[in-house]
Amino acid sequence: MNKRQIYVAVVLLFLGMMVVVQFRSTKLTQQNAPMARAQELTSRLKEVKEERDTLSEQVKDLRKKLDKAGAGTGGANQAIRDELDKVRMEAGLLGVKGPGVQVTLNDSPKELRPGEDPNLYILHEEDLLKVINELRAGGAEALSINDQRLLASSEIRCAGNTILVNTRKIVPPIVIVGTGNPDTLKSGLEIKGGIFEQLKFWGLQADVQKKNEVAIPAYSGPVTFNYTKPLK
Amino acid sequence: MWLPLLGLIIGVIIGLQAPSLPQTWAQYMSVAVLAAMDSIFGGIKAGMEKKFDDMIFITGFFSNVLLAAGLAYVGERLGVALYTAAIFAFGVRIFQNLAIIRRHILKK
Repeated sequence: MNKRQIYVAVVLLFLGMMVVVQFRSTKLTQQNAPMARAQELTSRLKEVKEERDTLSEQVKDLRKKLDKAGAGTGGANQAIRDELDKVRMEAGLLGVKGPGVQVTLNDSPKELRPGEDPNLYILHEEDLLKVINELRAGGAEALSINDQRLLASSEIRCAGNTILVNTRKIVPPIVIVGTGNPDTLKSGLEIKGGIFEQLKFWGLQADVQKKNEVAIPAYSGPVTFNYTKPLK
Repeated sequence: MWLPLLGLIIGVIIGLQAPSLPQTWAQYMSVAVLAAMDSIFGGIKAGMEKKFDDMIFITGFFSNVLLAAGLAYVGERLGVALYTAAIFAFGVRIFQNLAIIRRHILKK
């Protein structure tokens, strides 16, 4: 009888231990895993947003200072200012205007028939790239997509179901504005077998208009060189 | 009677002191706990039927626990939810044993 009690005691010891351990770990996971993660991410997002805001403030501030530094009168100052404006225009940090074209692109308005691949009838980043490439080949001097100034370092990239330009989401209708010779730019796009013909084959809407004056905004984000140094 | 109770209390205390289980093991542990409970109810039932055998009880307890946890582990590796088989089998048996225990208590 005593032996039996010992057996039962051992079994109950293990049972008690297991149940309590399991109880504790389940309670722990319910409290911790998803909730804490969400909270962590939320606070992180807030931090990053604040950081972004302060940084863009900083950018504005620094540009203002730069303006002031070049604002003095006198021959040398004037020359420096002209040079600065030119460089900033090249870099895309200055809003520009001039004659050019306005290209409007949009997804196909066609109703999908069942079984058809919707991917064939929407704009992709490749289409944008081709249009931009054609405009550049036609001598476009400054370009923007939906008011995002295209820099030398700008990306045009597919991200899920949206297109990113300068890490901003771009959604159709897409308006590409470029300065340059309007006739050359327009005919480059509409050339036979060219990009517009390809787009229209899939029913995508593509339109180009010559403009006497188009305005292109400056790039608003920071330009950083973390890895690049001038070669001397 | 005091000895099994003492065992239970010591077990609870060890469980409270033990480091908490990693998340991946918690799943196996849950199936093992179910197997352990099945063995306990089986033991109570056998006791009421005056058929309690301590050797069968203790081997049944440990083999059930290890088998259930092992099944869960193998299932995880194979990508088959094998632990549901253990949960189902033990769950059904626990209810059956409970029903039998209830009848024994009511008959008295």
